[in-house]
Amino acid sequence: MSSIFRKAYFFLIGLFLALPIIVVAGVSVNAKQTLAFPPQGFSLSWYGEIFFNPEWRNALFASVTLALLSAALAVAIALPLAWFLWRRIAPWANVFQVLGVAPFTLPPVITALGLLTFWATVGFYGQPWTAVVSHAIFFVTLPLVTLSLGFTSIDRSLVEAASTMGADERTIFRTVVLPLILPYIVSGYAFAFVLSLNEYIVAYMTVGFTMETLPIKIFNALRYGYTPTMASVTVLFVTTAAVIFGLVARFGDLPKLLGAMSSDGK
Amino acid sequence: MRREPPQKLGDYAPLFFPAAMLTIFFVVPFGTMIAVSFFQRLQGGFYTPAFVFDNYARFLSAFFGGVLGFSLFLAVTVAICCVVLALPFTYMLTRMSRKVQVVWLVALLSILSLSEVIIGFAWSTLFSRTAGITNILVALGIMSEAKALTPSFGAVLTGMVYQAFPYTVLVLFPALVRLDPTLTEAARTLGASPLKAFFTVVVPALRNTLTATLIMVFIFALGSYLLPQLLGRPQHWTLSVLITDQAIYQSNMPFAAAMAVFLVLVTLGLVALTVIAGRKGEAA
Repeated sequence: MSSIFRKAYFFLIGLFLALPIIVVAGVSVNAKQTLAFPPQGFSLSWYGEIFFNPEWRNALFASVTLALLSAALAVAIALPLAWFLWRRIAPWANVFQVLGVAPFTLPPVITALGLLTFWATVGFYGQPWTAVVSHAIFFVTLPLVTLSLGFTSIDRSLVEAASTMGADERTIFRTVVLPLILPYIVSGYAFAFVLSLNEYIVAYMTVGFTMETLPIKIFNALRYGYTPTMASVTVLFVTTAAVIFGLVARFGDLPKLLGAMSSDGK
Repeated sequence: MRREPPQKLGDYAPLFFPAAMLTIFFVVPFGTMIAVSFFQRLQGGFYTPAFVFDNYARFLSAFFGGVLGFSLFLAVTVAICCVVLALPFTYMLTRMSRKVQVVWLVALLSILSLSEVIIGFAWSTLFSRTAGITNILVALGIMSEAKALTPSFGAVLTGMVYQAFPYTVLVLFPALVRLDPTLTEAARTLGASPLKAFFTVVVPALRNTLTATLIMVFIFALGSYLLPQLLGRPQHWTLSVLITDQAIYQSNMPFAAAMAVFLVLVTLGLVALTVIAGRKGEAA
């Protein structure tokens, strides 16, 4: 396709994708408490607000804690499962692969409602730790997919060699498999972390009345009183996601992680 | 090490934790939800075990039919807009240098991971009277006065296309990367213009991928629950919004659960179609 057309098309798509973020970034530096664009005056105080206003700080703390823990739990569920499916011939075990992918494929409101009825029935509704478990189940798909991909890229003859030299299962896992799979663990964790940080409906339905995560806080602010802090939090979130995915791309093979198997440097 | 079937009970050990977690926290909640959908609703947000079809019978109302029809229509429109916009984009992206690809992929992933709350907030700001794009148009002298563009159907559609576009690109990306470049080269050598080669070679070669992508984006759009609320009017509410509304604000869990079960059935039916389309694609 001609290069002028291509440039114009990419520019328009880029503009479409960037426009809301540009406007929100503009709003976030307003001097007064207005959502004006172009901004009136310039102030970074709305960024300070995230850390100095106790309400926003608590929400930030809740979100980061939730994301750190739930992503770790998601990896803890996905790693043994992906390893087992790679190591053993057990067709029926694929059921768990399907179960691991299902929560993410179905509309999120379904997983959220299922977990809400479950926690209400067993009597733990509203406990902060239920959000960690809920997010881990909801996002287990991401580490599961990256890890399954990672395992298929491991050369089985390496493991075979270690085995012939007398290494037992545990030693093989620690010294051969783990170093090779580590980049995939990191990217799986990163994906789950970023998505958990941004997740609204599952967190809202499980702990929405007892705990405020940042997305819940933004939603409540949307309803009960606009403040430019919402804009500064948004900019913070976009930046965080871009930095984390940038790091994943820097230290891993992003096109390959996203399914492009031919990773020849063009 | 060759793959081998598990022999001792100990070989199953790695499976215990994931299997237990997924069963207890996904299968059981799912079952609970299905059970609740048959429960009898009591006054004041409570419900009691029963086996009634009342909650499903409520689907037969004109109001529910309207919401369902609108949800499906909206999701189809979003899916078509996204695929039409994303196909040429992804195709050209896969033919660019690796460095450029990575930059775009990072940007797309960052937007994809954005909370619906944030997307809704960003677009409602962009469509607002005080901070919106109409101010830019006024500054350029195209419009005489800034005005609000939300709530409206256009705003909901734009927000949802924005949310689903990165997803569409990422779904199309693997298939387009693997597309044999000699196909288009052959068409070009035989004298086809780039545009003609794209429409007569690339698009037909990807027919099954496109079907599968349309269905996946459709399901993705069906799950949108906040954008219709934040950018639309109540008549733009979708099934997902209605489920949240019934569960949280009307405290009618059995009815919410019944709608969710219905939504699962629609989704599963579509996933089955995707798999069939995918199989055909492999066979071809």
